[in-house]
Amino acid sequence: MKLKQPIALVVLAVAVAASLGAGWLAHHSYADQSREFISAPPSAEFWLGTDELGRDRFARLLYGTRVSLLLAPAAALLSTLIAALIGGAAGFLGGRWERIVTAGVDLFLSLPWLFLLLAVRALLPLNTPPVTSVTITFLLLGCLGWAAPARIIRAGTRTLVNSDYLVQASASGISRWRLFWRHLLPNLRPILLAQFWISVPVFILSEANLGLLGLGVSEPLPSWGAMLRELENYSTVLRNPWMLAPAVLLVVVVSCLQLLLRTEESAPC
Amino acid sequence: MLASGLLIQVSRQVRRIALTVLLGGLLGATLVRLGPGFGVDERELDSRLSAESQQAIRSQRARDNNIASFYFRYLAGLVHGDFGFSQSLNRPVSELLKERLPLTVVSLGYGVLGGISIGLALALLTVWWHAPGADIVPAVLSGLCLASPAAVIALVFLWLGPWIGEASRWAITLVVFPHVYRYAKNQLVATSQSPHVVAAQARGLSSWRVLWAHVFTPAAPQLAALAGISVSLAFGASIPIEVICDTPGIGQLAWRAALDRDLPLLVTITVLVALMTLVVNSLADIALALCAPSEGAAWNPRAAE
Repeated sequence: MKLKQPIALVVLAVAVAASLGAGWLAHHSYADQSREFISAPPSAEFWLGTDELGRDRFARLLYGTRVSLLLAPAAALLSTLIAALIGGAAGFLGGRWERIVTAGVDLFLSLPWLFLLLAVRALLPLNTPPVTSVTITFLLLGCLGWAAPARIIRAGTRTLVNSDYLVQASASGISRWRLFWRHLLPNLRPILLAQFWISVPVFILSEANLGLLGLGVSEPLPSWGAMLRELENYSTVLRNPWMLAPAVLLVVVVSCLQLLLRTEESAPC
Repeated sequence: MLASGLLIQVSRQVRRIALTVLLGGLLGATLVRLGPGFGVDERELDSRLSAESQQAIRSQRARDNNIASFYFRYLAGLVHGDFGFSQSLNRPVSELLKERLPLTVVSLGYGVLGGISIGLALALLTVWWHAPGADIVPAVLSGLCLASPAAVIALVFLWLGPWIGEASRWAITLVVFPHVYRYAKNQLVATSQSPHVVAAQARGLSSWRVLWAHVFTPAAPQLAALAGISVSLAFGASIPIEVICDTPGIGQLAWRAALDRDLPLLVTITVLVALMTLVVNSLADIALALCAPSEGAAWNPRAAE
């Protein structure tokens, strides 16, 4: 049991390092098209073969990993910040504000997440430049994923607000602003961190689903979701099993993240 | 006392649903207004139309420019079952929903029931067979399913299609099962460690009887809440699954609407799915209040006060 956490950490560290060192590890750029090597099998030149446009799959996998592993945490950070602001303020202020926010969160949670994401994504142009599409996709994930963490942060804040040390601090005449920033927020850190780590795999999976549906990161920029689209052709996958590499890497990375989360949850306080 | 508590609960749920429809409708109408193509009518480009005809089209559209009247008419339409007109498919949205909704509901029904059954069965088995490592297989299986995007699960079942039948139902089952399994297992383990279970075991009751009567039955009200969560999960997963499995349901329709940027259609589907999720959640909440009034009081702020 104790081995699981270090193994997961090592796997994640290797994935992050490989994605950051994509420029050195891959022989080609993710967008380079070698017309003479269309759908080529793995070789010394192309470790995972090439796709139907002659692009190096290994390079695309590494750059795609970079996109997912760097931007999913960024989106998670954004959603946690929004959740901390909304949930924290509701729990701290209490009364009417808390009721309004709770009702809003309940309402937001009843809207199906992927349907909402599609509706907002459809508002934006589909033929955006790749970098803009990456930013839009992860910004949307961050902006729409705040409701569940906000509910937990509100409950955590409420518990803290009623704790002895905060009541004492409040009684000693500290301003509400200082109470919030100096005494409440630092003690909310464990909850915020947990919510952040919970959101990361959720956003990685959401991007993968969106990418597979053609609504995520646009070409030629690679992402795990976009690379999974190749798997739709079963007979091709059967002939070229190395095409499964993005799916395998995605499952391994998300499993490692979840393993770390579970270890964190079960750790004695 | 119980009846009045239940009545308060039902009225709260009805208010919540009404508020969702109202706000969802307003949000939807706003999205439709903000969406690209709003206020543009391609008929204006038709050179065969006379100036008077074009003017008539413009004045017909001008009433949409008034925000308040637009919202009012949009909501009134929703109430009367007029969900608008799909620009991309050139058909009334209500017609499209009538065609596709039953397929999704059946698929979701099988998937959710399958997921809940498998999840609960495995959780019960794990708790009953409390040998070290008894939960390895279900834990690994649930971990794998949780770490895979719904679309990839759908792909696997699509590949297995000829052997297993309806791929989308199986895929939804595997999306729902790990959530049910983990939650149910935690609940059952927590209940199995409570003093009344230890007392029942000490009196020599058979392990199945202890599990059923003293572990599962007390935990059942909390497990009922899983129905709502499962439906919500299944609806979310239905988009990639129906697209991959080429199932002509609501999920595929939403995806097409997103690609074609057909916001009236997409927004209506979103509000409708939210409404269905809310109704299931409310029914689960009311069932919980009926089965365990104390649980109901715990989450009913008024009763708790």
